[in-house]
Amino acid sequence: MSRSLPVHPQKSPQQEDSRTLACILGAYCVSATCWLLFATGVGTLLAYKFGAPDFAAGAWLTFGRLRPVHTNATFYGWASIALVGLAYYVAARSSRTSLYSVKLAWVGLVLFNVAAVAGTVALDLGYNDGNLEYREWPWPVRLVFLAALVVTAWNLVRTVARRATEEIYLSNWYTVGGVLWTCIIAVVAILPWYQQGLGQVSVSGFYMHNAVGMWFTPLALGIFYYALPKLLSRPIYSYALGVLAFWTNLVFYPIIGAHHFLFSPLPWWLQTTAIVFSVAMLVPVLGGSANFLLTLRGRMRTMAHSYPLRFIFVGVIGYLVGSTQGTFEAFRSLQEVWHFTNFTVGHSHLTMYGFVTFAIWGGIYALLPLATGKEPGQMGLALHFWMALVGSFIYVIALSIGGTLQGLDWIHGLPFMQSVVDMQSYYIWRGVGGALMFLSHIVFAWNVWRMTYGRAGNAPSPVAPLPGEVAT
Amino acid sequence: MNQLLLIAGGSTLVYAVLAIVMGVLPGIELSNIPAGRGVEPLTPLQAEGRDVYVANGCSYCHTQQVRPLAQDKVFGRPSAPGDFAYQTPELLGSQRTGPDLTNIGARQPSETWQYIHLYNPRAVVPQSVMPAFDWLFDVVDRAPAGVTAVTLPKAYAPATGVVVPTREATALLAYLLSLKQPALPDEPEPGVAAIPAMASPVAAAASAGSQASPVSGGYDPAKGRSLFIANCAACHQSSGEGLPGTFPPLKGNAVVNDADGSAHIRTVLHGVQGANVGGVVYASPMPPFAGMLGDDDIAAIINFERTSWGNHGELVSAAQVATERAKGK
Repeated sequence: MSRSLPVHPQKSPQQEDSRTLACILGAYCVSATCWLLFATGVGTLLAYKFGAPDFAAGAWLTFGRLRPVHTNATFYGWASIALVGLAYYVAARSSRTSLYSVKLAWVGLVLFNVAAVAGTVALDLGYNDGNLEYREWPWPVRLVFLAALVVTAWNLVRTVARRATEEIYLSNWYTVGGVLWTCIIAVVAILPWYQQGLGQVSVSGFYMHNAVGMWFTPLALGIFYYALPKLLSRPIYSYALGVLAFWTNLVFYPIIGAHHFLFSPLPWWLQTTAIVFSVAMLVPVLGGSANFLLTLRGRMRTMAHSYPLRFIFVGVIGYLVGSTQGTFEAFRSLQEVWHFTNFTVGHSHLTMYGFVTFAIWGGIYALLPLATGKEPGQMGLALHFWMALVGSFIYVIALSIGGTLQGLDWIHGLPFMQSVVDMQSYYIWRGVGGALMFLSHIVFAWNVWRMTYGRAGNAPSPVAPLPGEVAT
Repeated sequence: MNQLLLIAGGSTLVYAVLAIVMGVLPGIELSNIPAGRGVEPLTPLQAEGRDVYVANGCSYCHTQQVRPLAQDKVFGRPSAPGDFAYQTPELLGSQRTGPDLTNIGARQPSETWQYIHLYNPRAVVPQSVMPAFDWLFDVVDRAPAGVTAVTLPKAYAPATGVVVPTREATALLAYLLSLKQPALPDEPEPGVAAIPAMASPVAAAASAGSQASPVSGGYDPAKGRSLFIANCAACHQSSGEGLPGTFPPLKGNAVVNDADGSAHIRTVLHGVQGANVGGVVYASPMPPFAGMLGDDDIAAIINFERTSWGNHGELVSAAQVATERAKGK
């Protein structure tokens, strides 16, 4: 009887592992993409409200509730889930092993999504934990997120521990470190007992910069260190420089948080220390950027044929320019002009979008086809790249100019309303840029679809169907 | 395994130490700063109002921190560590899409204005981009006993019925009006004292320019207009016509056109309650500006009002303002 059943070709254990890994990476990418569409859809609506404040009024759609929905969904839905998915793939591949636990990877994905859905609903209903930026979700929701981090950290550490290589590849330094440090940040942010009044202000300064700089930065850099050599088929320019950037980033970044509260009643020495180390951050930033650019040296023409490489190149430039801009913004003389203005919003998009999001896209386009054996089309890649690039250019430049004018209006002692009126045309340009960015995300979603559920076999892949196997 | 221990364990240990030194210890230390003189805990209603403020994300557009910079003087005196003793969650904010609210209870104490502005900001500030918070209000046929209906301009009022604040709006208003800076011990008049050391070169140049400009024997209309827009137009409107029945007009106002400027000066210095303008009694109080503006600035505002919208009152001088100020209320 068994003879009448179709005969399945025998699969090796390695192939089975590759298949599972592709499945995990695909699931994380699809989930993250849904969050990107949601978060930036909300962002586009918010941008529109600056020109039409009475549009989509009412409690659930009011600006003050949707703004944290936008930022938290971007941070903890889109960027976190995508980066963790890529970190798993990089950890397993660069260690020449399989994931320690496939089950824990799924558990983590579910926990990340439960936290992001619950957090989003809570914020929209008005359950906002104190308007403390990037930790607005009610604390039980943040505990779920912390659980997801712990699961991820354990899984990544154990995966690297069972590596078949001698060395731990540089990418894993950054990703394993990033996840472990962020567990500490999450605990520091949740514990309430020592955060009262001005004390909470200092914790906010620490938290809001560390949540960005010790989470998104190391994980995105981890992608650069893996995807760049992979795409160019040449090793990273300097391993040692990567190690130097790792340790300096670790030591300098946690000290600069108070630069979000310059001229506040926080102790002056704390603010000055933050400024000094903001300058010191140039060491890991310039070191890291130089390492990536020198790896690319002489191979710029390859970029003409490779969109993944273009995304990564923009990400590297975003890292260099955004971080350097951050150092300059920390100077008291420039803070006097830019603090509280839309310049800051431009800066946060230059970094979270120009750096982190482009890095993720580069990583997904470089690695997801390798995992699944499915490529997106050239037209989709081109549309995504150019709309995202041009859109973010318009966005950042409009807010940088507008924000500077806003700050100068205040310094010149004009009535406050003048700064609102002067922003109007820049708000419109921001909306134009934002709409282009959102459109590019729809194309990106289509590309992700093609790389996961699309037609198989148009890319070299360890899971390419065996001869005689029907492509699904 | 050893390399993993160094990277994962070593870096996490380093980070944990830094998190304690830069996050936890300053947190503990600064949480124990005692309340400044005159800084009071919130009443239960005000605390409820703060929850409404947080739930609707007000602090994403409004800061509550005044920096020791010349450009922040309009919002009050520089914030001091003792101001934040009862402020948990901290609402210092990071954006000034709208103005700072540290001292809004002193800067705009009119309940009527605050309610109209919350219901629809554009009813009193035409260029405002703030959302309308009309869901914090009910539309009823008649205001219940003890509740005053919000006096909205016709264009913004519902077709039938009157608008009354809900419990949430009442609490939010109580919180907003509680935001007042107590004077610092060594600062006799908040706001008037110049802030010397911190002024930036740009700000210094700007203020030097405005000091040089008043023409002898006249006044600087641009400065007067700018101060009027910043301090007075929210109620009296830039047209000088006020809001009929709610905020009195300055256009054609008898006090403004009076040859003797002293009544006009006293009104701006000390504010007024239950003003009777042209036979209409206005319930909404006008705040005193003596503590917020110097003699020069008050004279400039008064002279702007006396020469705008067809008014022609006699000009007043800063010395006259000083004389009235010296007389006291």
